[in-house]
Amino acid sequence: MRRVLVQSDTFEVQSQYATLTDAFPGAAVATFTGYVREFCDNGDVVALELEHYPGMTETVLESLGEQASHRFGLKGWRIVHRFGRLGTADPIVWVGVVADHRTPAFHGCQFIMDALKTDAPFWKREHLDDGSAKWVAAQCSDTKRREHWRLNEEIK
Amino acid sequence: MVTIKFFSLVREALQLEQVTMALPEGVQTLADLKNHLVELNGDHWRTVLYQPNIVHALDHRVVDVDAPIKDGAEVAFFPPMTGG
Repeated sequence: MRRVLVQSDTFEVQSQYATLTDAFPGAAVATFTGYVREFCDNGDVVALELEHYPGMTETVLESLGEQASHRFGLKGWRIVHRFGRLGTADPIVWVGVVADHRTPAFHGCQFIMDALKTDAPFWKREHLDDGSAKWVAAQCSDTKRREHWRLNEEIK
Repeated sequence: MVTIKFFSLVREALQLEQVTMALPEGVQTLADLKNHLVELNGDHWRTVLYQPNIVHALDHRVVDVDAPIKDGAEVAFFPPMTGG
């Protein structure tokens, strides 16, 4: 089973969940799904465009999954991330992890999400209802979340 | 040969997605390559490639500007990433 999917097509959360848990049965499963927001600081969003770096994206996501697996002792993990033009409320990203207990499951899922925000080569551009489009700037809060995992390696 | 890729705001500012060139003589690090590109293309490239928050990747890994470059390398320049 491929553990990283980078695709323009949409995906179904139920089917991703089943693929993960069929391949990696376990006692604790944590997942996260991110959807396109309908608003931003500059107005109402009508579409979100995601550019990415083919090749590096897959390499980075694979590496983050492996890091999480090693650090939190995960039994399995899976990451799905879309690129291209997405409509509001469309799913963008799905992360699922399987562990023996809830704490490594929660932490593993959160680590992957926090890390991919700053480390995976995607760039978002919001298209607004007034016809304008603007690249989304990287958030300091995301960088701080990433640093938190680097500085607190005792969190498993 | 060296392949150089540009993404997002960097791609738009340079109006270029990718360039391939022979590894220039004397270029040993990513910093050397940036200098070479600016010498070839002028001040606009200096403004874009020397933005304080620019990210450098070498063979699909984010690296510091002093990373050594060898023939066959794939280099990329882009703004901070906004995944998820």
